[in-house]
Amino acid sequence: MAVRSFRAALNEALHQAMAADPRVILMGEDVTGGKGGDGVEDAWGGAFGVSKGLLGAFGPGRVIDTPITESAFVGAAAGAALTGLRPVVEIMFVDFLGVCLDQLMNQAAKFRYMFGGRATTPMVLRATFGAGARSASQHSQALYPILTHIPGLKVVIPSNPADAKGLLIQAIRDDDPVVFLEHKMLYDETGEVPDRPYATPFGEARVVREGGDAVIVALGRMVGRAEAAARTLAAEGIQAAIVDPRTTSPLDHGTILEYAEETGRVVVVDEASPRCGMAADIASLVAERAFDALKAPILKVTPPHTPVPYSPVLEDAYLPDAARIARAVRRSVAHRAARGGRA
Amino acid sequence: MQIPRDDLIRAYRTMRLIRTFETRVHAEAQGGRVPGSTHLYAGQEAVAVGVCMALGDGDWIASTHRGHGHSIAKGCEVGPMMAEILGRATGTCHGKGGSMHIADLTKGMLGANGIVGGGPPIVCGAALAAKTLGTGAVAVCFSGDGAVNQGTTAESLNLAMVLALPVVFVVEDNGWGEATSSAYATAGDIVARARGYGMRAEKVDGLSLSDVREAAKAAVDHARAGLGPSLLHVTTERFHGHFNGDPDTYRSEAAKADQRANRDCLKRLRVLMAEGGLADPSALDAIDAEVEAEMEAAVLAARAAPMPDAAALTDDVYLTYEDAPWP
Repeated sequence: MAVRSFRAALNEALHQAMAADPRVILMGEDVTGGKGGDGVEDAWGGAFGVSKGLLGAFGPGRVIDTPITESAFVGAAAGAALTGLRPVVEIMFVDFLGVCLDQLMNQAAKFRYMFGGRATTPMVLRATFGAGARSASQHSQALYPILTHIPGLKVVIPSNPADAKGLLIQAIRDDDPVVFLEHKMLYDETGEVPDRPYATPFGEARVVREGGDAVIVALGRMVGRAEAAARTLAAEGIQAAIVDPRTTSPLDHGTILEYAEETGRVVVVDEASPRCGMAADIASLVAERAFDALKAPILKVTPPHTPVPYSPVLEDAYLPDAARIARAVRRSVAHRAARGGRA
Repeated sequence: MQIPRDDLIRAYRTMRLIRTFETRVHAEAQGGRVPGSTHLYAGQEAVAVGVCMALGDGDWIASTHRGHGHSIAKGCEVGPMMAEILGRATGTCHGKGGSMHIADLTKGMLGANGIVGGGPPIVCGAALAAKTLGTGAVAVCFSGDGAVNQGTTAESLNLAMVLALPVVFVVEDNGWGEATSSAYATAGDIVARARGYGMRAEKVDGLSLSDVREAAKAAVDHARAGLGPSLLHVTTERFHGHFNGDPDTYRSEAAKADQRANRDCLKRLRVLMAEGGLADPSALDAIDAEVEAEMEAAVLAARAAPMPDAAALTDDVYLTYEDAPWP
């Protein structure tokens, strides 16, 4: 066990997974960086430094810099997965899925089903996502609802270093195509990470915090913001539980419903656009399956239905923050008081 | 080809304006005043300026993530551009876009672009509109050597030929797609690729303003005459790393020093103008001072300008849209 950054935890997962299985390769733009230059090798180790050192450990045959050709190398990962490799393929920003979605959506995701269960596509597509870096509309999106919507894909969104490592190892060991999304504002976050290789199972939420008054369901970077909100609320005497689903596909219905039933008040925090989003998906699950336990309307805390803006004032207003999350929980709790309770 | 003296002086001024703009953006970023990342155009000025000299106000360009130079060469105002990069309400895009999305359709500038290979299809569309509406406009796509490997580029070259569109594809080959060299990432020959589609194509020395201008003029004339698209593979130099903050360690210090000393299009133009008796160094120095003053004013105005009002967050997503209030 050691304190590691989110970035270092991912790097360690890649090292351990590649050491364990020679069929695992890493491919993408500048995953080493500096190819063809007269300066240092492995100059970037990925645009965010996640794959630094893998070139030295595993060589250019398994750590492959590609041209800027997302359709070709994402599709190549799908094809290689179909025929014996276990590729980890990186697109720098999940926004670039726009360039290559066909290979993921119509090819990799559907091979197994279309071929009558006679194919496996053990690939992992890693990508950064999320707002906060002042990167504007084409480098800041949180497109996981679109990906979660596609049958055949598994979708993973770690919120902390220990989960990042365990979930990435599981993603690489998994025989289905997995989209693994790394929030770019979390790379420098630190936490205790076990040294050994370990796999964190998909479809099992993490209970971040216990609390009997309400449950906040949050993903990725929003988990930390939910924790900040919960601390503020605790000082006011409101105890909010926090559930981090960790994977949106598969989704851990059981834990979400358990806490919805226990507390009767549910606030869902989602960094993605609000329409047809994860917050709506989780709210519908609770409304359908835990209706009788609810003491207040399910509340969603999301950005508005707009692209992500550049200017800090606008981007800060865009993202859900601890204050908005706390306000939603207070509203939920106040709803019961106003009605005199009906639990 | 002889470039009229006044045009040459104007071109020198625009190239200097771009260089100074980028120097100031770099300084603002170092000073922590640029919220996002920027991709600097310094070293490539002769390409944007040489090509845009061949264009009129009604013509279109599409740009890349490294778009400041194209924007300035096409006539976008540096004051609002600097304000945009600083995230201000007075910016070209009211602070919504930042460095990578500067656009001004009133100047024929269809936008910088955050997606490598995003521009070529858009330019085909602008050319189709020009052809259909009979405006006589030509559409130019600036893209980098990285973008030539994207499927969108290959598809657009083909589409432009099939529909005989008035397009000029300008491939600015600065040797680097992000941190990967084009020598590594690009197979074969870019001119030969275009010729494979039956397209008129040539390689151009991007350090020479007059070479770029001449090649661009021929390609634009060809397009305007209804004879279809061309591709110019223009070799050039990127003075900075991929983005502001890239330590750029993949190039040796010696190579970078040699580049700045010996392959600087702006220095080269100065020397040529002085040697040709077109402008004495003191006249060019006066232009430099004037540009410096203009940029100083632009930077100070941008720093003093207000940030957008948070209420603007939900403006301009649509023209008309009825939705529940947020939050």
